[in-house]
Amino acid sequence: MHLASLVDMVESGFDERVLLGSGADAVTGSQLGSLVRRGASTLRGVEAVVYAGENHPLLPVTLLAAAWAGVPFVPVNFRLEDAQLNGLIARYPHALVLADDRTVARITAPAITLDNWLSALPADAPVTEAPSNDNDNHNDDDVAVVLFTSGTTSEPKAALLRHRHLMAYLLGAIEFGSAGEQEAMLVAVPPYHIAGVANMLSNIFAGRRLVYLRSFEPQLWLDTVRAERVTNAMVVPTMLSRIVDTLDGQPADVGSLRTLSYGGAQVSERVLREALRLLPDAGFVNAYGLTETASTIAVLGPEDHRAAIASDDETVRRRLSSAGQVLPMVEIEIRDDLGIVVPAGEPGLIFLRGEQIAGEYATGSLLDADGWFCTRDRGWIDSDGYLFIDGRVDDTIIRGGENIAPAEIESVLLAHPAVSEACVVGLPDDEWGQRILAVVVLRPGETVAAEELRDRVRAQLRGAKTPEEIVFRSELPHTETGKLLRRIVLQELTSRDVQRND
Amino acid sequence: MSLMLKPGTRLFSAVCSTEMIAVKAPGVPVDITIGGATPVVAVADRPSDGSVADGYGGGAAMGKRYVDADDAIELLCTKPGDGLPALNGVLLELKDAKAMPASD
Repeated sequence: MHLASLVDMVESGFDERVLLGSGADAVTGSQLGSLVRRGASTLRGVEAVVYAGENHPLLPVTLLAAAWAGVPFVPVNFRLEDAQLNGLIARYPHALVLADDRTVARITAPAITLDNWLSALPADAPVTEAPSNDNDNHNDDDVAVVLFTSGTTSEPKAALLRHRHLMAYLLGAIEFGSAGEQEAMLVAVPPYHIAGVANMLSNIFAGRRLVYLRSFEPQLWLDTVRAERVTNAMVVPTMLSRIVDTLDGQPADVGSLRTLSYGGAQVSERVLREALRLLPDAGFVNAYGLTETASTIAVLGPEDHRAAIASDDETVRRRLSSAGQVLPMVEIEIRDDLGIVVPAGEPGLIFLRGEQIAGEYATGSLLDADGWFCTRDRGWIDSDGYLFIDGRVDDTIIRGGENIAPAEIESVLLAHPAVSEACVVGLPDDEWGQRILAVVVLRPGETVAAEELRDRVRAQLRGAKTPEEIVFRSELPHTETGKLLRRIVLQELTSRDVQRND
Repeated sequence: MSLMLKPGTRLFSAVCSTEMIAVKAPGVPVDITIGGATPVVAVADRPSDGSVADGYGGGAAMGKRYVDADDAIELLCTKPGDGLPALNGVLLELKDAKAMPASD
């Protein structure tokens, strides 16, 4: 199916229901449909809709108007430097470029603010166009959304999501109209992230009102949950960590919040346990997915979290750090370096297959002949089907011929009460091929000797996985959505070593 | 009477408030009814009278999916109503859906 059908469905099912905003700015399903068709009528001759800006209460109008007009929606990271930002926008010379008030002045191509575009829309939607599926503009195989990957291990790539991928996710993971009339979703992730796109589509599909934070700030997030009686929210781990810091040990007092999902990067177990303690009434959901998989493919639900916290069984307890179980419409295989599927409990490369698995960049499809997509994430599945993520294969350290996942060592370091952040990388080594180096950020006011941390890793893992060196830093570089920029850490350490050897 | 049905085709019951959208469809004309009557594909064509035929009521529920035995046709209810969908006079079956926790 095509995302234009979502507009039809919204108008049919949620005509009177508020889907965006609140109070005087509330937008019902029928008003959203009208805005989308009025917006689409301005897109004749346009090849794409680019959006460079922070969140906006009417952001979904941009994506859905692009879908209705049959052109891709391309949200770009407005926090990039001017040259990079304009470089991405220049890939779409015949696009409508929309931006927020601050970003618009930085764009060299013709661009207008989203507010100005909305206020200049024609007053009436074109009268009774053909039903959306008779429209020649609507081909399920067309590109619906282009997202630039964050590029933690390499340069950003343009990932393509076609209408059929996004609709397969919505139809497979969510029941249409399943949200209650009083439910509201607080969106804090930025528009250019797959989670931002998924937040928008999933909640409209469920009939859940969308409340947007223009950009994340922990106190504003807490205040908005209370003021808007927010029932659902999604955060990336850095946001969760900052919310926990802001609460400073006091319970959150957000009684309306029923579901808090987190994803986008590996969360620290210490932060997660603290969050569970401070938000005891919220159901926690860990969502794992990639840009290339059109959002979530595995979910650790509220019951899983409670069971893991309460259990004495180590197998159940450690599921707190798992990505949960794979969605029923997605197939998964864990394969070894030779491509052989490994049994439960053994680590390898994660392969996925299914209707939502796009696995495609502007440079071509990465799906193999049988439709499998190699995520380039390493992981393993336990005997009950819980998926554990060990990190990117590109980050794997090969020391003395042995594959070592940085995440395994990082989780031991992060469990130390003095440690706030940890990044384990492999540096070139004449004897071992690579040697292990850990960069550690301590919590404010804490101290710990490098040797104590090394002893801890040696005791819990073993000698071969013990970092040869531990470097203390005051901070680590992250993307805006909380992914550790290992590439930058590695560059800095490599140049440090080069200088040292000179 | 047959209707051309393809994914995305909207169906408005001619005899009740039920509205459906085709999620899966063979792309050929089929004998589909809602509430025992051939539905219309545009809301403007909806007649103002008519009633649900015996055996074809009972309530189509919001968000539920209805499939035929051969799994060739799947309709999703976008607006609830009394009338149920049927193919060649045989009621479609309610499809089982496993509820997933809201993740995003």
